[in-house]
Amino acid sequence: MAYKFDFGAIVPHWELLLNGVVLTTELTVVGSVIGVSLGVLGAWARASRAPVISQIVGVYVELIRNTPFLVQLFFIFFGLPALGVKLTEFQAAVLAMVINLGAYSTEIIRAGILAIPQGQIEAAQSLAMNRVQIFRYVVILPALKKIWPALSSQIVIVMLGSSVCSQIAAEELTFAANYIQAMNFRAFEVYFIVTGVYLVMSILLRWMLKVFGNFLFERRNHV
Amino acid sequence: MSLVELHAIYKSFGELEVLKGIDLRIEEGQVIALIGRSGSGKSTLLRAINGLETINDGTIMVAGKKVGDRDTDLLTLRLNVGMVFQQFNLFPHYTALENVMLSPQVVKKLSKAEAKEVAEEMLIKVGLSDKMLHYPDQLSGGQQQRVAIARALAMKPRVLLCDEVTSALDPELVNEVLAVVRQLAEEGMTLVMVTHEMRFAREVCDKLVFMHQGRIHESGAPEDVFANPKTPELANFVGGLAGAA
Repeated sequence: MAYKFDFGAIVPHWELLLNGVVLTTELTVVGSVIGVSLGVLGAWARASRAPVISQIVGVYVELIRNTPFLVQLFFIFFGLPALGVKLTEFQAAVLAMVINLGAYSTEIIRAGILAIPQGQIEAAQSLAMNRVQIFRYVVILPALKKIWPALSSQIVIVMLGSSVCSQIAAEELTFAANYIQAMNFRAFEVYFIVTGVYLVMSILLRWMLKVFGNFLFERRNHV
Repeated sequence: MSLVELHAIYKSFGELEVLKGIDLRIEEGQVIALIGRSGSGKSTLLRAINGLETINDGTIMVAGKKVGDRDTDLLTLRLNVGMVFQQFNLFPHYTALENVMLSPQVVKKLSKAEAKEVAEEMLIKVGLSDKMLHYPDQLSGGQQQRVAIARALAMKPRVLLCDEVTSALDPELVNEVLAVVRQLAEEGMTLVMVTHEMRFAREVCDKLVFMHQGRIHESGAPEDVFANPKTPELANFVGGLAGAA
């Protein structure tokens, strides 16, 4: 074999990779927190069948789920400036991830809400609780518990999907890899390493989501 | 003035007319049993009293005030009218104590300490002082139903509606729940119950209401209703029960 592997060629660029990891992490954390919050509100609107708002959310969900993430990202970064909305690479990347995760998590969380037995909602109604109180105290936590594994997977998918943001020069991990291999032509080595880094990040993220879920749904006395 | 007055209540599910003009007065301290065959409209009537079913026509008055169809009217209605369900419907992520505390805290804005005090009092009343920190899935059906009763009582309703509260229970657990209901009746709580426990109804209730095909077919004191049914439908219903027993 003619090709000589040289993983040492990557070492001088460790700082770029580390910055990439940090930015990917930032994108994921900010995108997930806001995206899931958006999903909770969207799911509530969908599940409560509130007129107009429910339909608007439905259109949003279908629009996002039936178009490619890359196109959504390009639209936000390259398209919106035509309307005077100019975002930095990071802002555009976060916005695209929030909108994307918001749509998917709306559907996932809605399934959890619909799985709450109607009787529990009626019991809460008969205790004179209003809609907001019922959602907050009776519905949302058991609903999230039911769909936590699916939601966790979606968050991991969004983290991995953030690699697409390299296409608008958001300097996340894949951008760093592209940049390094453009300088030293060590494509195999750098993508091999970056694959491993993504793998480790995914496993860590999954583990953290599991721990967070255990904390969130843990049986503890609130009184 | 009656505590609750129903006047000309109509309710349909699509083509099916379930309540066909119900008039009923519930007096303070009265214990009423709604009896009748499945599909006669008993549960629908009970749910309508609490606003869980929206009625198509008729008026509901609670303590002399007409219940409108605004959300706030419903909340006021439900502050006065509590309900216990066949399937208990406890909140699975809260302990027994938290289930009972929740509504006093968030609806009546009691402090945590006050809500806890009320909740403990109610749980002791239903005989569950040793189960307060248990979660619903750690309790038997009878215990869950007693928590549900305590939960409804903690809101200090003026009327308690009981929708077949023992129908989902294993036979050996029925009595512990009936004992609690009997105790409430003896304390003067206004109760309206849908029940198939005829002996219990006979012993505890002031008034039996026999429903048939969406109407109140016959009503009166339990002894009279059982001993001298005036209509063939009630005679048939009572006779069927005697035959089964």
